[in-house]
Amino acid sequence: MKALVWCGKKKVSVENVPDPELINPRDAIIKITTTCICGSDLHLYDGYMPTMQPGDVLGHEFMGIVEEVGSAVKNLKKGDRVVVPFTIACGNCFYCKRKLWSCCDNTNPNAWMAEKAMGYSPSGLFGYSHMTGGYAGGQAEYVRVPCADVGPYKIPDDLTDDQVVFLTDIFPTGYMAAENCNIHSGDTVAVWGCGPVGQFCIRSAFLLGAKQVVAIDDVPERLRMAEQAGAIPINFHDEFVYERLLDLTGGIGPDSCIDAVGAEAHGMTLDAAIDRVKSVLPGFDHMHALRQAINCCRKAGTLSVPGVYISLADMIPFGALMNKGLTVKTGQTHVMNYLKPLTERIQKKEIDPSFVITHKMPLDQAAHAYDIFSKKNDGCIKVVLKP
Amino acid sequence: MTLTKTDSDHQQQNVGSTERLASVGSGGLLVLKGLHHRGLLGAAMVGVGAAMLRRGVSGHCSMYEKLGIDHEHTQDPPEPSAYYERGIHVTKSFTINKPAQDLYNYWRNFENFPGFMTHVSEVKKLDEKRSHWKATGPAGMSVEWDAEIINDEPGKLIAWQSLEGADVHSKGSVRFIETPDRGTQVKVTLDYLPPAGRLAAAFAYLFGEEPRQQIQEDLRHFKQLMESGEIPTNKSPRGICKATAEQ
Repeated sequence: MKALVWCGKKKVSVENVPDPELINPRDAIIKITTTCICGSDLHLYDGYMPTMQPGDVLGHEFMGIVEEVGSAVKNLKKGDRVVVPFTIACGNCFYCKRKLWSCCDNTNPNAWMAEKAMGYSPSGLFGYSHMTGGYAGGQAEYVRVPCADVGPYKIPDDLTDDQVVFLTDIFPTGYMAAENCNIHSGDTVAVWGCGPVGQFCIRSAFLLGAKQVVAIDDVPERLRMAEQAGAIPINFHDEFVYERLLDLTGGIGPDSCIDAVGAEAHGMTLDAAIDRVKSVLPGFDHMHALRQAINCCRKAGTLSVPGVYISLADMIPFGALMNKGLTVKTGQTHVMNYLKPLTERIQKKEIDPSFVITHKMPLDQAAHAYDIFSKKNDGCIKVVLKP
Repeated sequence: MTLTKTDSDHQQQNVGSTERLASVGSGGLLVLKGLHHRGLLGAAMVGVGAAMLRRGVSGHCSMYEKLGIDHEHTQDPPEPSAYYERGIHVTKSFTINKPAQDLYNYWRNFENFPGFMTHVSEVKKLDEKRSHWKATGPAGMSVEWDAEIINDEPGKLIAWQSLEGADVHSKGSVRFIETPDRGTQVKVTLDYLPPAGRLAAAFAYLFGEEPRQQIQEDLRHFKQLMESGEIPTNKSPRGICKATAEQ
């Protein structure tokens, strides 16, 4: 089959690789109909993520048709159309029973690697380095899905692939980030980063009752997309973010701040410049967006972090965090909690997630897609690939 | 067990006395010959010769040490403490979201062990208390032993140890502590002590370079098998990066 293979920093190519096969009783093989490139794939592409190996198949946002199921998978059959969450969960451990699926104890075959880095291992993920499982991803024609009786969710026929494929990651990720803000009516939510996850944070914050959502970025087309959802845009190239946020909130500050940027933030201030210098060393994340979010958040407000961080964070204003009494909520998304409610919201036309798609290409052109997405060329916000 | 102690153990004599004489003789000869040669060959001869001299004089061979071979001490049993230190000792606690009785039942049937312990290739029940164990390494080398249950509290505790004449001396215990709302805490201790002489090499070979890590992973497999019903694997299609290699 054809698959997008990681071969090193900024080196990916579509190759012929062997077809996946059923291995464990709870496996399923999915024939992929739509797959996407996630902003977090750029951390792999840009070489920020340790434990990648040349030859790894990428991709964790994919959906398709069930081709084959293992003997223990009773809820799926050949021909079912499903979306597949990017987190893999066993369904039976301490964490799964508490619906904390992305913390599953049992699905990372390389848990020892993650334990060395983090103390404990989160769940296995598709196509996201060996530390998080070493599973082949879904930027491919076929994929093996472990624990297929827990993750994959059957999609009603009346919804198109483009409407539902983002249920695999970015829609639930944005939604959970907004949910973590515990929004009350009258709240202002500020969102750093207007990439695909930021866009879903903005729309989810409105769905959950925010009065005002502020979108912070410096890419004009991304700010325009945020504005179309009703957000107030701040281009950090042109305006002082803190002052503008004070102005918009009567001096109180945003009730919740969402960092939808993650490890490769850039900015206009001195700390961002220092981050850029330090990033030639491995293991230092760019923290500019997070620092600014902590600083701008109102007292006793909430900081919600869906942005992916990888290793060490430097110069975090922890004093501000502590003295203002902020609540911090973060984590990989517990996707399984959101599949049914968000599918219903799509069916009720409260949101059509396909708004975020700017590019559609065949899988063959995936390497080109990575290139334009990483450079934000050609107005690229979200690429959907068709195998 | 201080670091100094371990360091001195590394320098223990493990080359027999006849062999030491031969080592000194041929090593010295190689050094002398090597000094007459120019270039790489000469340097190599001096290097190898010097290593042999050192091995002969000190009675310690690091190659032997790696292979677990000890021609000096083969005849005499090692001191108990040194013997213990050469063994593999693992303790691990984990929580499994299952009733203690279920976990006990699975563990009590030692014939289930090959399903999650990488190095255990076969366990046969001999009677209610005794079982025959076989462990096989990557190259097919195997060691066998009989074990006996020495403590058995249904649903709570199992302890066992190998019997006289075992290729590998082993003992272990597992305790199951049920909690009101978090499943069962499982506490395992496992000890493997290497046999004397030649089989020691097989022992090292069997358990690999990181024996503790391997056994800890095996115990994780037990949890995965109990909770998930299977051991996760990332055996996956991979690319070869041919195109980008040519760039």
